[in-house]
Amino acid sequence: MKIGVVTFPGTLDDRDAARAVRLAGAEAVSLWHADANLHKVDAVVLPGGFSYGDYLRCGAIAAQAPVVAEIVKAAAGGLPVLGICNGFQVLVESHLLPGGLIRNEHQHFICRDQGLRVENVDTAWTNQFELNQEITIPLKNGEGGYIADAETLKRLEGEGLVAFRYIGGNPNGSVNDIAGLRNERGNVVGLMPHPEHAVEPGFGPDTSVAMRSGIDGLKFFTSVLKAVVNA
Amino acid sequence: MSENLAGAGAQVAAAAVDTTAVAAATPDKQQPWKELGLKGDEYNSIREILGRRPTSAELAMYSVMWSEHCSYKSSKIYLRQFGEKVTDAMKTHLMVGMGENAGVVDIGEGWAVTFKVESHNHPSYIEPFQGAATGVGGIVRDILTMGARPIAVMDQLRFGAVENPDTARVVHGVVDGISFYGNCLGLPNIGGETVFDKVYQGNPLVNALSVGAMRHEDIKLAKASNPGDLVILFGARTGADGIGGVSVLASETFDSTGPSRRPAVQVGDPFAEKVLIECCLELYAADVVAGIQDLGGAGLSCATSELASNGNAGMRVQLKHVLKRDESLTPEEILMSESQERMMAIVPKKSLKAFEAIVNKWEVEYSVLGEVIDEPRLYINWGDEEIVNVPPRTVAHDGPVYERPVKYPKWIDALNANSVNAAGLARAAVASDLAAQILQVVSSPNQASKSWITDQYDRYVGGNTALAQPDDSGMVRVSETSGLGVAIATDANGRYCQLDPYAGAQLALAEAYRNVAASGAKPLAVTNCLNFGSPENPEVMWQFKQATAGLADGCLDLAIPVTGGNVSFYNQTGDVAIHPTPVVGVLGVIDDVARRVPSGWQDAGHNIYLLGVTRDELDGSVWSEVIHDHLGGKPPVVDLAGERALAELLYAGALEGLLASAHDLSEGGLAQAVVESSLRFNVGARIWLNEILERDGVDLTSALFSESTGRVLVSVGREDDVKFVGLCEARGVPVLRIGVTDSTAELNIQDIALWQLNDVREQWAATLPELFG
Repeated sequence: MKIGVVTFPGTLDDRDAARAVRLAGAEAVSLWHADANLHKVDAVVLPGGFSYGDYLRCGAIAAQAPVVAEIVKAAAGGLPVLGICNGFQVLVESHLLPGGLIRNEHQHFICRDQGLRVENVDTAWTNQFELNQEITIPLKNGEGGYIADAETLKRLEGEGLVAFRYIGGNPNGSVNDIAGLRNERGNVVGLMPHPEHAVEPGFGPDTSVAMRSGIDGLKFFTSVLKAVVNA
Repeated sequence: MSENLAGAGAQVAAAAVDTTAVAAATPDKQQPWKELGLKGDEYNSIREILGRRPTSAELAMYSVMWSEHCSYKSSKIYLRQFGEKVTDAMKTHLMVGMGENAGVVDIGEGWAVTFKVESHNHPSYIEPFQGAATGVGGIVRDILTMGARPIAVMDQLRFGAVENPDTARVVHGVVDGISFYGNCLGLPNIGGETVFDKVYQGNPLVNALSVGAMRHEDIKLAKASNPGDLVILFGARTGADGIGGVSVLASETFDSTGPSRRPAVQVGDPFAEKVLIECCLELYAADVVAGIQDLGGAGLSCATSELASNGNAGMRVQLKHVLKRDESLTPEEILMSESQERMMAIVPKKSLKAFEAIVNKWEVEYSVLGEVIDEPRLYINWGDEEIVNVPPRTVAHDGPVYERPVKYPKWIDALNANSVNAAGLARAAVASDLAAQILQVVSSPNQASKSWITDQYDRYVGGNTALAQPDDSGMVRVSETSGLGVAIATDANGRYCQLDPYAGAQLALAEAYRNVAASGAKPLAVTNCLNFGSPENPEVMWQFKQATAGLADGCLDLAIPVTGGNVSFYNQTGDVAIHPTPVVGVLGVIDDVARRVPSGWQDAGHNIYLLGVTRDELDGSVWSEVIHDHLGGKPPVVDLAGERALAELLYAGALEGLLASAHDLSEGGLAQAVVESSLRFNVGARIWLNEILERDGVDLTSALFSESTGRVLVSVGREDDVKFVGLCEARGVPVLRIGVTDSTAELNIQDIALWQLNDVREQWAATLPELFG
């Protein structure tokens, strides 16, 4: 199974995302922003970073990249797509997910081990979690405050499109503590925290069992394997 | 623009292009050498070297390259001892020593690492955000230039007093700048230091460290040695930022009445740097680069002359080919510009196509400026006119060397005499006062949690961070197959150095060394950033002489070489110098980061041991500062043989998996270490001190707050107890069981204090957010 990991100029977590894909048991395929070709991958990860230096608006320039046009098309056909942090911003900018992400309420970049509640497990990227499971994965962003107009919020909440909610403190002022979303079909998921930083014992968040042993993020990647096999 | 710069610029611009022919024909023309920071005799030696007056372009080049910052003219005679006081054994792992952009160390399995720490002090006071940001950018390019992929950064910060209203401006700017630039580069920030002291009020210290890794065969050097190779400038365009930054900023003392020097601070674009990093690594992998140099201080003047000088060759350069942001830049400004995110590559002609394909892929702009020539001469033309014709060595390497006057500062005798005991500083007589002092110490700005700062930095990116703040060292994995990794710790204690710069430098070395060993790594190499006042002050020069001797002697005793470093002079406001602050970084290697040791107890039911001996050593301590606002006496005794034995014990203990935690005792003494070890994973402990009092003959204040060196607090599982104590005894390291960890989430220091950990954490964590949040 092949999972594409997109690199834009300024992408930072592409190598981490590729490692997560490999640890989950799939092959990671590097996708280049300027290459309008998905190389027959079975799913795509838009990793974190500062694509195009976050100029104009986070994710706004990346959303215009040739590879993203292909991703948008393929997503309409059901291709699983995961947007992490800057990747979430790209998904929002390319209208695969609604709303927007703005500067953290406290105006500072924040890096911390973040508690999340998984509120929807009927997606390509969350099917290995249990409903309302509480997980911990690293969060690191400067512009992670989720916003949406009242009508959109009502729809998101009403249709169960909120995939993750912050617990143990809202780190950036996101409305309704929203940390991540899914689309109606469940193939597209975006979130601000970084599951690819919680996939390998020794390098993830601390847990009550042992330091840096948290691997809650791995389930995002095993979920998509299952989704693709079942598709 | 400042008057000096405007003056120099105006004089330069007023004339038509000042060619070498014009210079030869007009020997008596007045030149602004003084405004450019040169001394009279330096200007005269330039005339002597060239056999004529320099052109204005040549004058610009010499002035920046002969500045203190670039030429090390006041420090060179002392820095030599880092290369001299070494044994052959110390060189075993050294692949590239001092003099290159950064030293390179062999860590085994075919891997090499390069690391270095550099200052960006003066720009960070003028414009804290950009000053700190470009400090990170500069050191990362140094690492990249060696052929390495940068894998982590750290920063060593010194700010003024917390209560001074200007401190918040600098703190916010610097932390935001590091956060902005470092996070955007995708390099984990794995540690550092933050110290507040009024001596840094008008002159904060912003030092930045970076480490990179590469395969042995990938090491690159900054040299141009093959005639015919192309000289290519790539990356960001050249603009007017940072002009004169080197000579005017780094080499002059601030004067509060002077004009604003803001235009001389560079402006950083981390996105451009990130792209440049990936682009360079791809160029290296394709083997199309014969030599590479980053453009930092002194810009093109430095890159062209150093590449040519290092390669024992020369260069012909057409300055009109430089891509500019501003077409009105004069040739002199182009040569001096310190625009960030630029690199110079030496590319064989046959590799040009491949080079172009890679830079085009990354959408990085480039221009071919000229080529390498056989003759050891640097020719720079502006169109058809020759504006530079110099031997590159005289610019890059044969600058002036000064043996500055050195004078023993008489005031130091009175300072040393004014010890904690001589001054009669009161010690707490009752348990409740001791308990209150512990909380006062751990929640003081220098001892309190630094999370408010470090949480603004990405410590996860890369997926290889094995340890980061608040552990004793930062540690990153280098090989994903074997787990091979490196640990780095940096330290400096300006208060100790003020009392005794020789001992102070050794104390910084000993602490960084101990921190690396406490994390389970084997110390291997040293870098430094020597922050001092004006070298023109003989007493400062004495401090510098003492500190460098102390550091070199200490490295010899510990058998680890200095691989490179940086000197920052003129850190003072008016006549008042900062405390000497030699930041020492130690790098260690660990063959599998899975064996790393954190700084806090991990489980209940472990025994807590204190390694080393406690003496009544409170002079210069945090206790004397926080409780009594006192600085005097002599710093703690340095015992490097003891440090070596301790480090070897810790390394052996970690290798055998005996250590659940290890935390070095330094600022704040045992009290600080016990609190931090408990808070790290929120595991409680019961501690008793009576055996320390008995064995070492000290009182409770010393037991808790003394900063005696060579001590580490470790926790050991019960099943490993006998083995661990046997190891200590076999190696002659004093060991004393002083407590046990438990599952109470309480810290019980018997007969003194019983706290809920959450209450202690609240105080420890609240200090910085309350001051700056």
